[in-house]
Amino acid sequence: MRKTVLEAVGLHRAYGGVQAVDQVSFTLAEGGALGIVGESGSGKTTTARIVVGLERADAGRVLVHGQDRTEHRRGRAHRLARARQVQMVFQDPYLSLDPRTTVEAVLRETLRLHFPGADHPRRIAELLDQVGLGPREAGALPRQLSGGQRQRVAIARALAVEPAVLVLDEAVAALDVSVQAQILNLLADIREQTGIGYLFITHDLGVVRCVTEDVIVMRQGRIVESGRTAEVLAAPQHPYTRLLLDSVPRPGWDPKAIAVARRSM
Amino acid sequence: MTVTLLHRPGLARIRTARAPLQLLCLGFVALVVLAALLAPWLAPEDPNAVDLGNALAGPSAEHLLGVDASGRDTLSRLVTGARTSLLGPLGVVAFSTLAGVAIGVTAAWRGGWLDSVLSRSTELVFAFPGMLLAILIVSVYGEGLLAPVIALAIAYLPYVSRLTRSLVLAERTRPYVEAYQVQGHSGLQICLRHVIPGIAPVVLAQSTINFGYALIDLAGLSFLGLGVPALTPDWGRMVFDGQSAIQHGYPLSAILPCAAIVLTVVAFNVVGERWADQVARRDR
Amino acid sequence: MTTLAIQAYRLHLPNTARPVLAGVDLTVEARETVALVGESGSGKSLTSRSALGLLPTGAGTEGTVRVNGDDVLTMTGDQLRALRTGTAAMIFQDPRAAINPLRRLGDFLTEGLNGRLAAGAATERAAEMLDAVGLPASVLGRYPGQLSGGMLQRVMIAGALMGDPALILADEPTTALDVSSQAEVVALLDDLQERFGTALLFVTHDLGLAAAISDRVYVMYAGRIVETGPAEALFNRPRHPYTAALLASTPRPDAPGGRLAAIEGRPPSLREALTGCPFAPRCPLATFLCTQQEPALLAVEAESARRAACHHSDRTGANDG
Repeated sequence: MRKTVLEAVGLHRAYGGVQAVDQVSFTLAEGGALGIVGESGSGKTTTARIVVGLERADAGRVLVHGQDRTEHRRGRAHRLARARQVQMVFQDPYLSLDPRTTVEAVLRETLRLHFPGADHPRRIAELLDQVGLGPREAGALPRQLSGGQRQRVAIARALAVEPAVLVLDEAVAALDVSVQAQILNLLADIREQTGIGYLFITHDLGVVRCVTEDVIVMRQGRIVESGRTAEVLAAPQHPYTRLLLDSVPRPGWDPKAIAVARRSM
Repeated sequence: MTVTLLHRPGLARIRTARAPLQLLCLGFVALVVLAALLAPWLAPEDPNAVDLGNALAGPSAEHLLGVDASGRDTLSRLVTGARTSLLGPLGVVAFSTLAGVAIGVTAAWRGGWLDSVLSRSTELVFAFPGMLLAILIVSVYGEGLLAPVIALAIAYLPYVSRLTRSLVLAERTRPYVEAYQVQGHSGLQICLRHVIPGIAPVVLAQSTINFGYALIDLAGLSFLGLGVPALTPDWGRMVFDGQSAIQHGYPLSAILPCAAIVLTVVAFNVVGERWADQVARRDR
Repeated sequence: MTTLAIQAYRLHLPNTARPVLAGVDLTVEARETVALVGESGSGKSLTSRSALGLLPTGAGTEGTVRVNGDDVLTMTGDQLRALRTGTAAMIFQDPRAAINPLRRLGDFLTEGLNGRLAAGAATERAAEMLDAVGLPASVLGRYPGQLSGGMLQRVMIAGALMGDPALILADEPTTALDVSSQAEVVALLDDLQERFGTALLFVTHDLGLAAAISDRVYVMYAGRIVETGPAEALFNRPRHPYTAALLASTPRPDAPGGRLAAIEGRPPSLREALTGCPFAPRCPLATFLCTQQEPALLAVEAESARRAACHHSDRTGANDG
């Protein structure tokens, strides 16, 4: 059994009277990849934001290497330490980069904050190489890059911090199919090389199958099913998981039956 | 898939047709600023040298733009007056922009009670006419440029802070700000390095327009005899001094500073608007 | 009569090095569902919008785009208006962006019929269409913000049906929706099409979805049709390397997992002129011929319904299994 890098225990979050996240617990093994699957309103994004620290949980804890990161202690040292625990890649690469900052400047800024005194130009070249970008893209502004290239920059920026866990919130959903495949392969390579743990938030079961080892399925703030990705997708136990699987279009697909099944749930 | 319109022939034509006006305005702004900077060297005579024998004389080789009721050279007073007339609004704009941005960013970034306190208290200033505030402060502190400048700066501050607040609120929701937070940057760093540079062009464009209004307000105060000391050359003051001359049928010494004020304000507004337009287009 | 017939359609935009659409041929018959598949920038949305005469400013066109026999490209403003409120209707990707959030949905639905029907009759028809998409008439008095995305997309579909159109153009109508509501919207479109006998052009980036719902599929790349044919045949044995690569690079829940067969590189930008096959730089089968000569869209062997624009269509699919 591998060591646990990330552990969420009994997360709760309510907005008004709605339980957005309800009793959510999971663990992520070191160097592993865990998928959180669900539709809009399932609480998967809120869960991710709690893990990253962009949102506070009403109850529950998030532990990285056994250290609680939910108690927000002020101060630069704590802030940087928290950043080195978990990094995030956002859904829309068109919005998650400052339009006025070049690729190189983005990375340099992060390196200066976390590793002052290190050899930044060498590390920047290394990071760009790792995500498949060259020196030509280094001087470019985000608007001069394609969607796929921007998402590579966002990944490089997250890796620059050398975090233990990378949260990917629908990180390939906004990309074209052919570019999506490139990014998914890139993510698989990076995990192999660095041993970083992935928490992969997505609505796409195909993507989950492709990049994760374990999966949890969320619905209305709760976990309805969890297990090894291959097993859950091959033999879903919960009717909601089955509905999600049936909803993936393919030849001979019966949308009417799905619509009926959805209404009956 | 979205189609970006790279080229709109109709609008492009209008823009080029308007370009001479913008160039003209830019040129005029440059001229006024240069005149103010180089006034001591440009002014042909001492702006306060009195030559009563020559009072109200028309343009001549000696006095290119004539002489006012007290026998002072109008051209020299115009050029030297550009200094106080520009320095005042500059002070107003500088102070209101700096303070307004600071308050607006703080209110939008921190939110909560601090936002309420800052927003409500600046709105309180809105409820009070700027000129009245200025007259009040001047009447308490007496003559001098500083009092009306501070008064107007306070009166103009809410315009800047409100604009800044709304811009920062919009900028804040952009995911890139969250991305920096996740990276471990402090709020202050993100504001200084990314948010403020992002909104600066819009705020500065607004400030350029404010500059014109401040110039009018300050000239109005001078005209009322408030603010600038009596002997200091100033366009508003010159209009006031020239009043009686108009009644005597010698309008030149009052009309020229009027024209200077109007043209400068228009020029600053046109330049500011164009800047704002360009910024808006670039962001699209 | 063919409901939508696009022939040798070319579209140029200013400041581009190549035509955005370079000779598109496409037909949709009455009662038929046709899918138009492509990635962003392929020209699929431009093609479908052209059927409503919605062209970007500064666009120059060649060829014909006929709806019920009338060429849209030569229509006057009044004719276009009549086309858009009656003969053809469009369903947009994001109903939240396409419906004015400040007006009641009743206003949205009846707006196009103003002047053609009395107010009472228009409202009656709106209620009828809402019923057809499975929504109560009370929705008429609601605002867009009060409905979920899936429900709002049904309102949009009801709106498209208001003018009793012969042709519905659906531009990624389910992309903004959850997978399970996607099925619901597709089922609804299917149902309505049967009832009203409309032709449906379904624009999507999802080849799986296209194959699942349509009778025929057109695949677009760099402003041209690269392959077309019956949905299932095309899905099971693609005859153009781009279609094959697109299928191979789509992650699937029933696949073994692990690395995907990604297509390297990216689609050609509008700023570069093209010689030869536009897919050649990314194509595993490309030869010297491909870089020199653009392949025509030709029938594949004996199957007359299937056409592919590839010099090596005989080799495609064979190594794909």
